[in-house]
Parts: sequence; structure tokens; C-alpha cells
Amino acid sequence: MTGPSPTGSWAGRLRSAAGAATDAGLGSRRRRARLRARLTSPRFPLGAPTWPGSLDRPAPDRGLGTDYDTAWSRRYPVRLARAVLLDNVTRPLARLVADPVLRGEENLVDLEAPVIFVANHSSHVDTPLLLSCLPVRFRHHTVVAAAADYFFDRKWKAALWSFTLATIPIERARVNRRSAALAADLVADGWSLVIFPEGGRSPDGWGQPFRGGAAYLAERTGRPVVPVHIDGTRHVLPKSGAPGRSGLHRSQVTVTFGSRLSPDEGEDARRFSTRVEMAVAALADERSTDWWTAKRRAATGATPSMAGPEVAPWRRAWALPAAPRPAHDDEWPLAD
Amino acid sequence: MSPRPGFVLDVDRSTPPTLFWHGEGFRLERLPVGSRVVYAPEPLDPLADPRSAIRHALTHPLGDSEPLPALLRPGIRLTIAFDDVSLPLPPMARPDARQLVMEEVLDLAAAAGVDDVVLIAALALHRRMTEAELRHALGDRIYDAFAPAGLLLQHDAEDPDALVHLGTTDHGEDVEINRRAAESDLLVYVNINLVAMDGGHKSVATGLASYRSLRHHHNPATMRASRSFMDQHHSELHTSNWRMGRLIAASGVKVFQIETTLNTDTFPDAFGFLQKREWEWNVRDRAGFVAASKALERTPPRLARRIFHSVRAPHRLTSVQAGEVEAVHAETTANVHRQQLVAVEGQTDILTMGLPYISPYNVNSILNPILVACLGLGYFFNLYRGRPLVREGGVLIMSHPTRPEFDPVHHPSYIDFFEEVLTETTDPVAIAERFETSFATDPWYVHLYRTGYAYHGVHPFYMWYWCAHALEHLGAVIIVGGDPATVRRMGFRPASTLADALEIASDVVGPSPSLTHLHTPPIMLADVT
Repeated sequence: MTGPSPTGSWAGRLRSAAGAATDAGLGSRRRRARLRARLTSPRFPLGAPTWPGSLDRPAPDRGLGTDYDTAWSRRYPVRLARAVLLDNVTRPLARLVADPVLRGEENLVDLEAPVIFVANHSSHVDTPLLLSCLPVRFRHHTVVAAAADYFFDRKWKAALWSFTLATIPIERARVNRRSAALAADLVADGWSLVIFPEGGRSPDGWGQPFRGGAAYLAERTGRPVVPVHIDGTRHVLPKSGAPGRSGLHRSQVTVTFGSRLSPDEGEDARRFSTRVEMAVAALADERSTDWWTAKRRAATGATPSMAGPEVAPWRRAWALPAAPRPAHDDEWPLAD
Repeated sequence: MSPRPGFVLDVDRSTPPTLFWHGEGFRLERLPVGSRVVYAPEPLDPLADPRSAIRHALTHPLGDSEPLPALLRPGIRLTIAFDDVSLPLPPMARPDARQLVMEEVLDLAAAAGVDDVVLIAALALHRRMTEAELRHALGDRIYDAFAPAGLLLQHDAEDPDALVHLGTTDHGEDVEINRRAAESDLLVYVNINLVAMDGGHKSVATGLASYRSLRHHHNPATMRASRSFMDQHHSELHTSNWRMGRLIAASGVKVFQIETTLNTDTFPDAFGFLQKREWEWNVRDRAGFVAASKALERTPPRLARRIFHSVRAPHRLTSVQAGEVEAVHAETTANVHRQQLVAVEGQTDILTMGLPYISPYNVNSILNPILVACLGLGYFFNLYRGRPLVREGGVLIMSHPTRPEFDPVHHPSYIDFFEEVLTETTDPVAIAERFETSFATDPWYVHLYRTGYAYHGVHPFYMWYWCAHALEHLGAVIIVGGDPATVRRMGFRPASTLADALEIASDVVGPSPSLTHLHTPPIMLADVT
């Protein structure tokens, strides 16, 4: 036990005093790891505060946010440079830290571009990882919807992400005609789109309600939605303040592609969005159980919600699946 | 950018921890998902030229009053009464609003050739102000002109020669006020309206009154019928004061009321994080919070108190109005509402609040346990219009160290009240019946009030009565982080942490209660529908 509790602190000290010399060495490594994590990803108030989901962020400067013009990032020389970067730097790095296991790739066969990839979101690693996992015909002709208030609030950030990941600014708190029109136009031009409809990374490891933007774009453009579930990236690079070891760590990741979905006749965007959310939840269920169990649950509407149980925060954290065991755990036995 | 209005935040998993005052310190508490946090409006833009605004108000009075210059003639007896040290909170940075107004009034009086001028601090039963406090409130220019000549007085509610009985209202209430004020040709009252409760007829009928007069509305029955003190149309305290004020006017006392409102710019830049919404804290705010809270944790309470009491608020004037009392106060109240009103939908099962180091009755002193109760249950609980923020039978959770510490100079009768009265009963009605008269007439307390810097002997009773409405309304009161024995002495429940408090509260309001947090500073007025 660690932290402010005097019991834990004293117990730790006693164990350290009585333990072997090797324990002390491992303990100091553990402490160093903790210190490094605190320095690289401090929590509020030492770190930046999170923003309540119910509030709009203030509009960024003119020329930034949804006003930022990303057309330059889709010109051929830039696309070529990005493709080289993606194939030779981003993909190897993604394999190095996440080593993704792909499931449901068959759902992408015969799939005609463009499509809208809709995925859950718990880490900054999600975007480069998902792009890395897409077949080539999608990979280099896909744009990524990114929060205008987060990725486009500084010129350098806007330029960096537009270049490396082909991001386009999306207003996540409310419907913005400009950003919605840009996304729809790009899909109409043949660009596939990656969108994370939760509006941001999970603050606690559990999913958040889907917003209607992806479903709206699908209805507007007539292109299908491909549900994607990404599992495990919260262990690679969790959001600041989320449970788990902060900072970048190697961990196993699974990316599951689902069957394409299109709005039914007369189905409005809200209901379609709910169906897409359920499809991603079914993929999550498939990941934790098996395909058949997940199918049967989905058929009876018994798919577990990705939002997790409505219980006290510690119990929600408790109910999260444990992180995959590190390949070489140098912290055993525990020093304190 | 114009100031943003107040609002109610729905806490979700992305909401950062919420700031709670905790006496001479702060805490960051993570509220349960689904809780609500009531945030005050941002400080209004101040008057660009306050002196011109004051001069304009004096020459363009409201109601049926003549302009002040027309009321000032050579040979008249002019008394200028002013609010005491209990306002504003914290004391405002120089120049104080009273200084600005009174200098303008005295300029006009000097121009009109008025020689007989007396200034009176309207203390009611509060302690007398020190020279430093008077200098701060009035400025050196006024103090040096009037104090050495004995023309700067402090109202003495126990001096029979300095009081005059003007009659009784149709409800049998004695109206006894300061003789000099009552017998002047013109009484100018200079007010600071920090909250909607201040001002109006309450200025003279309370500020310049005696115990004989005050006891008619400072009692448990009146307090319980005031819902709330901040809503004068539903406050029996105000209704009584209004009856008295009208009798004072009918007795021939000519009152020229000057009321000012301040914005809620309450703390200087070093404590800027106190007034900002947590998710908007920048690096400087976070560094300020961490530095201040860590330093205060290691600072002895006495030193921390001294540091905080040296804080001067950057309050600025947002309005000034003058003339006939009721017309002026209607306009003043509208300006207070413009700054402080926040619409809140529905009541809550649990109301949480962090209590600061200061209340109106411990400026430059200790917030003793009785004042803690008064601040939470009397003031913050009553910061509503319409319905209380917390439902009947609900729970109030306050965060404050609540140490058994008293200032023997300022609060001598509080010590005896805590040791002799609260050990017997905490019921306001029983306390009033059994103990009030003996404390109110105790010659030692009267002596300390008149010659020292002590609050009147009856003052702790009034503080407890101030809680009467909340005590009747609530199912339980919990103090987080308070001294357990002290908290229990007052009939409340102690809790070490907010989580413990919520666990205790669930015994009263059930397992899935709604929770609302009143985020102060700055102060606000919840308009609960």
C-alpha cells in the first residue's frame, strides 16, 4: 500500500528494513518509475485540469480550431511524405509498443471505399494504431476527425497532426456546420474517415456515450459505417488521470473490425448512432467472451454496456479488466 | 469580454476535483458523478468613474427625496452614519466605498456651510472599531478631521443617554435608536450592500438600535419565519425592520440613504484560483494553489489567520444610489441580484459547502465554533431565493476545522455560551427562554462591549438564532474535518473526510441522494425553482 496512509507507509518501511538487499534495489526502481510517471503525467492540480464533458470549451483563436484550413495536408507531396512516415516510422513504432492483434479483418475485404470507421477511444495511441492496421487502400486515403479544441488550438499542433495523421478539425461539443460540411465533402471526395464518437478519451477506462456525428455523416453521405473496437491501448498510454500506469508502456492490443452498417430506411441519425454504439459494444463483448456468445447477447439486447457499472468510482476501477502481464516484470517481489 | 453568468455544472467523470474552502486552507474534493456544482457569476465590470457616479447619485436621488445639496443648509445638525467593520468581506482595498461616498457628502456639506457634523459607526451590538479599522474604512483625511475633535462616534446601544425611544410599531415592537441620529435635521446613512440582506430600513433600524429594539426581530421565531434573509419579500426579519423604519420616518427623522454595491472580485491575484472554475486553472493558478495549500498545511493556525486577515479584497463599486430609503433599496437589490443571482432548478438531498476563515463577526479575529455554525447555517444556507437549495429533511455538509478557539477580547460571551449554554441544549427556543436575558444584561459583558472591543453579551445568542431556520429545516448537519468534540457540542456530526460525511448522510437521506455543492468564493444567491 502506498500514498498518504501512515499504515501503508510504515508497513512499507518495515518490510524494506527486514527484506533482502535485492528487494531494496527493486524498490528504488519502482520508486523511480513512480517519480518518472508523476513528472511526465502529473495529476491535477499539478497537471492540467480535465474539462467537464457538459461544457463547451471556449472558441480557439481565429484561424485555429474549426477555422484551420487543412487542405494543404491532402496535397500529393504531403500525402506522399505522410505515407512514407506512416509506413516506415508510425507502423513500426505501433508494432513495437502495442503489437496489435487484428480480428475481423475479413469484414474489410470487398469493402468499397470510402467508409467511416467508428471506434472507441481511450488513448492517443488509438489513432496511429488504427491507421497502421488499415489495409493499404484505406490507410493512405483516410482522414481522422480530431477535436478542434485540443488538436487545433495551436498553430504548431494543428500543422503537426494534419501532416502526420491527416487530421481534420471537428467540433466535439456541438454540431458545427463548417466541420460537419468539411467531413462530408471529404467523404464525398472518396476519403475514408476515422471518427471517435465518444468525443474524447475515456477518463476512467470505461466507455462514454456516443455522440451522433458519425451517424449523421453516414446518413448525409450514404457511406457505410465500420464499427471498430480497440482494446488495450489504455495500458499503452492512458489518459492523464485515468487508472493504470501513466506514461508509455508496451502492452498487447487487439483491434476488432465489425461488419459494415448503414442506416435503415426511415432510421434517423440518433437511432442509427445507438445501433453503431451497440455494434462497438458487441465487438467489446466478443473480445472479452467469444464471437458466438457476443452474437447471442447482441440478438437479445443483452450486450453489456461499454460505460461500465454505475457504482462508486473505486468499484468501476475494480471492475476494469486487468492489464496484460508485462513480458518482463522487474518489480517482483513487491518492495513495499 | 463581458462577465459570464453563474451556472450549475453537472459533474461527470471528466470534471476535475472541486475546490472547498476549509477555514484557513483549501481542499480539492472529487464529487460523485451526477452531483451539481453551483458556480457564481463572474465579477461585474466596475464603475469607470466612481466619484462621478457618487456625485450623480447624490444630485439625482431616487424616490421622493430632494437632491442632497438642497437638504444641506447652514445651521442644520447633520449626522452621517456608516456600516461598521462587518462589511465588506474581506475588507476592501483602499479606498473603501465608505470613504469615497463620505468624502463626496462632506464636500457638499462643507460647500453648504454645515458646521454641526457628527459621524457614527452603526455598530448595533457589534464590537467597536479600532482606529486602524476606522482609518481604513473612512480614510485618513476624514479620520483626522473628526476623531480628534470627538466627532467620530461609535454607536453605543447600552448608553441610556445616547438613545431615544421613538415609539412602538403596530406589532408592539419598541423602536429605540441613537439619539444624535434621531434628533439631527438630516441623517445620511452610508451603506455597503454586500448581500441582498443588507441595507434598506435595516441600516438605521438595526445598525443604530438598542437591545430593547433589536430583540423584537433577533429571535428564533422571526428567524424561522425568514425564508430567506436574502429575500426581503419573504423575510420576517425585513418585515419587522420595515415596520420600524417607517415608524422612524413617521417620527420625523429625515433619512437620506446612500447604498453602494460591490462586485465579487474578492481575492487578489495571489489567490486568483479561488475565484476561477477549476477546469480553467492555468499553470499559475495550479502553482498558486499547490504553493498556498502546502504552505498553509505547515503554518500554525494563528499565523495562517493573520495572513488571511491581512488580505484586502479588490472589490470595486458597481453601483451607487441615493435618496428615499425604500426606492434606493429596490434599485440596490436589483444591482445585487445582477451580480449574484444564479438560477438553480430543484432542491437537493445533500448540500455541501466549504467555509472560509471569515464571517461578518470575526474580522481580524477567530472564527469560533458558534460563528462557524452561523456562517454555514445562517449565511450560506440562506443564500437562496424561492426555496432552500437543500430539501426539508436533507443534509448539510460543511468543511471547516472548527477548532474550540475563541477570541477572549472580541467574543467573551461566546466562551460562556459554548461552555454553559450549548452543554445544556442546542434548541434555539429553549436557549432564548432560559439564558438570553442573563447574558444580555450581564454587567461585565455590557462593560466589555462599551469600553473594550467585545461583542455584546447577547450576540452569540443571535448567532445561534441565525441558524434556527436551517436547524428546523435540515435532517442533519455534518462538519468535515472539524474537531469532533466541538462539532458534537453543537449538535452536529463530525466526519474526517467528505466520503465519510456522504456515508453518514446516506443514513438520513437514503443510499442514492442527489448532491449540490455551493462553490464559494465568490458569494452568490441561488434562485431555486
